[in-house]
Amino acid sequence: MMGTEVFEAEIALAVNGAERRVPKGWTLADLLASLELDPRVVVVERNGTIVRDRSSFASLALAADDALEIVHFVGGG
Amino acid sequence: MTHLRSFTSWVGADMAHADLLSPMTLIDPQPFVIAGREFRSRLMVGTGKYASNAQMIEAIEASGAEVVTVAVRRVDLDRSKDEAILHHLDPDHFFLLANTAGCYSASEAIRYARLARAAGFNEWVKLEVIGDQQTLLPDTAGLLQATKTLVDEGFKVLAYTNDDLITALKLEEAGAVAVMPLASPIGSGLGMLNPYAIRTIKQRLSVPVIVDAGVGTASDACIVMEQGVDGILMNTGIAAAQDPVRMAAAMKNAVEAGRHAYLAGRMPRREVAVPSSPTKGMLGA
Repeated sequence: MMGTEVFEAEIALAVNGAERRVPKGWTLADLLASLELDPRVVVVERNGTIVRDRSSFASLALAADDALEIVHFVGGG
Repeated sequence: MTHLRSFTSWVGADMAHADLLSPMTLIDPQPFVIAGREFRSRLMVGTGKYASNAQMIEAIEASGAEVVTVAVRRVDLDRSKDEAILHHLDPDHFFLLANTAGCYSASEAIRYARLARAAGFNEWVKLEVIGDQQTLLPDTAGLLQATKTLVDEGFKVLAYTNDDLITALKLEEAGAVAVMPLASPIGSGLGMLNPYAIRTIKQRLSVPVIVDAGVGTASDACIVMEQGVDGILMNTGIAAAQDPVRMAAAMKNAVEAGRHAYLAGRMPRREVAVPSSPTKGMLGA
């Protein structure tokens, strides 16, 4: 029963192409914090749409099967 | 009296040239302006391929570049190393120019450009639409298409292209704020393969022409600038040198030397020798 409860309290996402399970009710800000990412230096695309407003990260609830791309600037020419 | 006057005028001329000879006062009569923004250096540099972030920063400082290019990539969630360039590069000190390197279609390049703009620094993009993995030569049809879309969306597009005049003209017409023909393929270090094509593009376009890719050493950079182009963007030529920081400083000097040589106007080429020393006044046999 405990195992079932834990399972139901999680949702599966695709983050940068890999499946990741997070607690139900998490926001985008929660996910970034768990990944130890500074929201100021990343850009997030959710289901093909860029999340433009960083101040919305804390209110953006993640949904099951969301496809997230988290990108940043790296060295390049 | 005649002697005195000529002596005075000689001193006067010497004083005037003393100003010219000082690097601090060797003024470029034309500021380097792209889309209404003036930049302090005609040398733009990439940030890829350095052995360390510390070395990259030191090389960029030595190059004197203001515009530095960056790429957009997925965050490595396993974080084997700190790839985020913004942890090392101060965006208040440098002008970050995001590229769409690695994109093989217009739609992919557009997606990367939009992500780059969402980072919040500027709406500029160094647009690359690559057509071939072996040569990394541009897909000019895709490039033109992506340029049109991004210009419509308010981007300032600096379009990486080949040295074809017609493509360059079309990019300008599509609204690119600068056209960036290659000297030779990306990362090849082969120098400028077609100076005629580069000169022709520069002569025919109104927007700045910035040669991007192929510069391998300081003399390459100097020769490129001697064609009269507005600037150069390079990465591997500095980053892959044995001593990148020293090469960055050499490139800075080469870009300035080439620019001033262009402004000075070179002597005509002759197929015969012309003596530099007087032929009169030779001793009798």
